[in-house]
Amino acid sequence: MMRFVLSFVALMAAVPAMAEIAIKEVTSPGGIKAWLVEEPSIPFMALEIRFKGGTSLDAPGKRGATNLMVGLLEEGAGDLDAQGFAKAGESLAAQFGYDSGDDAVAISARVLSENRDEALELLRLSLIAPSFPETALERVRNQVLSGIRSSLKDPDKIASARFNALVFGDHPYGSDENGTLESVSALSREDIVAAHRGALAKDRMYVSAVGDITAEELGPLLDRLLGELPETGAAMPAQSAPQITGTVDVVDFDTPQSVAIFGQAGMHRDDPDFFAAYLLSTILGGGGFESRLMTEVREKRGLTYGIYSYLVPKDLANLYLGSVASANDRIGETIAVIREEWAKISSEGVTAEELDAAKALLTGAYPLRFDGNSSIANIMVGMQVDDMPIDYMVTRNDKVNAVTLEDVNRVARELLDPETLMFVVVGKPKGV
Amino acid sequence: MLRSLALALGVALCAVPVWANDLVTDFTLDNGMQVVVVEDHRAPVVVHMVWYRAGSADEKPGVSGVAHFLEHLLFKGTDTLEPGEFSATVAAQGGRDNAFTSYDYTAYFQRVAADRLELMMKMESDRMVNIRLGEEEILTERDVIIEERNMRVENSPGALFREQMGAVQYYNHRYGVPIIGWRHEMEQLGLQDALEYYGTYYAPNNAILIVAGDVEPDAVKALAEQYYGVIPANPDLPERARPQEPPQTTPRRMVYTDPRVAQPYVTRSYLAPERNPGDQRQAAALTLLGEILGGGTTSVLNQKLQFEQKLSVYTGAWYSGVSLDRTTFNLTVVPVPGVSLQEAEDAMDAAVAEFLETGVDAEQLERIKMQLRAAQIYERDDVGRLANRYGRALTSGLTIADIQEWPEILQSVTGEEIVAAARAVFEKKNSVTGWLMAEEEVTQ
Repeated sequence: MMRFVLSFVALMAAVPAMAEIAIKEVTSPGGIKAWLVEEPSIPFMALEIRFKGGTSLDAPGKRGATNLMVGLLEEGAGDLDAQGFAKAGESLAAQFGYDSGDDAVAISARVLSENRDEALELLRLSLIAPSFPETALERVRNQVLSGIRSSLKDPDKIASARFNALVFGDHPYGSDENGTLESVSALSREDIVAAHRGALAKDRMYVSAVGDITAEELGPLLDRLLGELPETGAAMPAQSAPQITGTVDVVDFDTPQSVAIFGQAGMHRDDPDFFAAYLLSTILGGGGFESRLMTEVREKRGLTYGIYSYLVPKDLANLYLGSVASANDRIGETIAVIREEWAKISSEGVTAEELDAAKALLTGAYPLRFDGNSSIANIMVGMQVDDMPIDYMVTRNDKVNAVTLEDVNRVARELLDPETLMFVVVGKPKGV
Repeated sequence: MLRSLALALGVALCAVPVWANDLVTDFTLDNGMQVVVVEDHRAPVVVHMVWYRAGSADEKPGVSGVAHFLEHLLFKGTDTLEPGEFSATVAAQGGRDNAFTSYDYTAYFQRVAADRLELMMKMESDRMVNIRLGEEEILTERDVIIEERNMRVENSPGALFREQMGAVQYYNHRYGVPIIGWRHEMEQLGLQDALEYYGTYYAPNNAILIVAGDVEPDAVKALAEQYYGVIPANPDLPERARPQEPPQTTPRRMVYTDPRVAQPYVTRSYLAPERNPGDQRQAAALTLLGEILGGGTTSVLNQKLQFEQKLSVYTGAWYSGVSLDRTTFNLTVVPVPGVSLQEAEDAMDAAVAEFLETGVDAEQLERIKMQLRAAQIYERDDVGRLANRYGRALTSGLTIADIQEWPEILQSVTGEEIVAAARAVFEKKNSVTGWLMAEEEVTQ
């Protein structure tokens, strides 16, 4: 039996061309909620599942357990060993993704209409009945250890590890979610089983589906696929209070180009000023060629190939981060320019023209994101994880447009703090 | 900007199934510019791309990196656009733009709302022939590409290693020179070098327009004629005949050491035939060979080296037949700690030799073919990727017919053909074997 809690049509306008995205909120007979867009023109379905918590749920002393567990889900399930599972998936041309991050475990699937039930049965086995065989554990553990060893000599990874350690300390955000050589080497099969039991549970689960499937079909399908997961999982980790002190921390590493990560406190997604901050961050260091940092550091001075800064609203902390890389003898100048721009936009604000351009970019780009089954499924699951209403996509551009120049410039003064802007530099920097 | 909001039950998108090559329309303008339209009407989005049949392998000796340098400079203004105005204009429409350079092509693209296509064509056709560059911005941008090289290559021992491998693989062909350029030549690149390359290769009869998304072919044709059709063809466009490889008669070996290497590995590349117009069968066999040897958990190398012998962390095989001239087939083994690179290499050679004796596992081949069939369905979800596939193939000497026949050719290749193609390609005299390792291990 299907119960439609809400059905809803959002008319997305890409000024003035228009596409309709009809999102249905479906609740399965067993009580699993999902957002669905029926799109029968291509005979496949994209399914996205998120479990909040992710690698930050690692038990004390078991760093890396969640990451290793997720890496093992497709390495043996039910009666199938790793080879058997892979062969079955290949025969069905099903595409499964198993990924873990510090806020969530992400499961992605793309399955053909012609064998949807068989493909999802395979996916079910990997989520509900992974067998975590010892041989697979050793093999995948070696792969994780190889990755950790590589990270220890990768300037980008060294920089983020150092930055996170300084800012987050003992909080899970403060250490590498893959674990250390020591912690991963010590993980037992029991630790992996416990991590599975703690991370994949219904009380933290979010689901979206887009493609060749109806609401009537989706409910029973979700019950079969996910109904056997435990109702509750491990306790959610605590919020973190980031420690940001305005220092420049240098990690000595013999490489020709210095890599820098910089950052300060950010803003919560629910903050009434979030859209003002988002517009501000677009103007200062957004992804395009026309941001202030890109203009000053790359276009005018040729100091880098790319520089970006962005708000990072996470589940357990909010940061405002940036990254850049310059040759060892030029990184000092790069950092000076960044500090200058940070101070300038904080004290002088942005111009009306800059704000209009940023609004045009954000509002024009938004509808362009909804351009395929996989991308729509991804956006919809993200909206649920962030507790956004189902009509968010209809009101979102209005919220962007409602931001005033005064709002942005007030937020620039309140949020941006050149004094606490902190740098971690990895390389052989001169004059830093 | 939303027009209205309606609450309704079960209103789905109206869509007509479209299949295989029905999505694609192509035609040629009077000046020789080829046009490909890929339709997808699910969302009001369009990707507009111009591909030039010119890449780093078309550069003259001594100015390596100039094709990529010019790609950067095309954002620096024309007679009517200020530096940076191109990207700013795209951004003002909510769009995004970028460009990329490879051995055989240089391509520029924007992703915008479908009703902004005309503006994109207006600007892109303008910079095909009207760029305006000053000496000073050239120097700043040269610093940018040197930082790009720092980031992509100098900071990565793996990238430095691959660069050396390529240089040793090709005795005479420009594929042996990195796309981004050798650093000492990049440092000397000047305005005249860029303008000479621009004048030689940037012309409608050397370009392909690809438009993918919510567009009608007739409307694209009318706009293309208006903006690109009026640009005269370059009558002096040189024939694309690059220096070719002589017979290779000696296996080459190299050991690349760098203290920044954390995970040593062994890799081997063999010179290999590419897809050619009307002649793609051997390349199809090699494509399937790559999947059989290195495509995922059930591949031959993974099964033998990772699962049975437990001596590798990772194995891989790569082949891409989309290339104007001879390409390579590559094998890689990353050993577990305690296994030497010599042992890894020996195990790799033994696994391949055993495969040549036992032949192709019929079930494995069928699984791979099933996935290739499904890929044609999944690919419809992302017409941008489909557009890319056309662009790469058309700038690598293939025709529309070759691209459209390719899936069927792959399906028809037999296990015997795959083994025959493997035997032909796995000739040590055509190969380079490289070891990447940290310095301290070399002294042992």
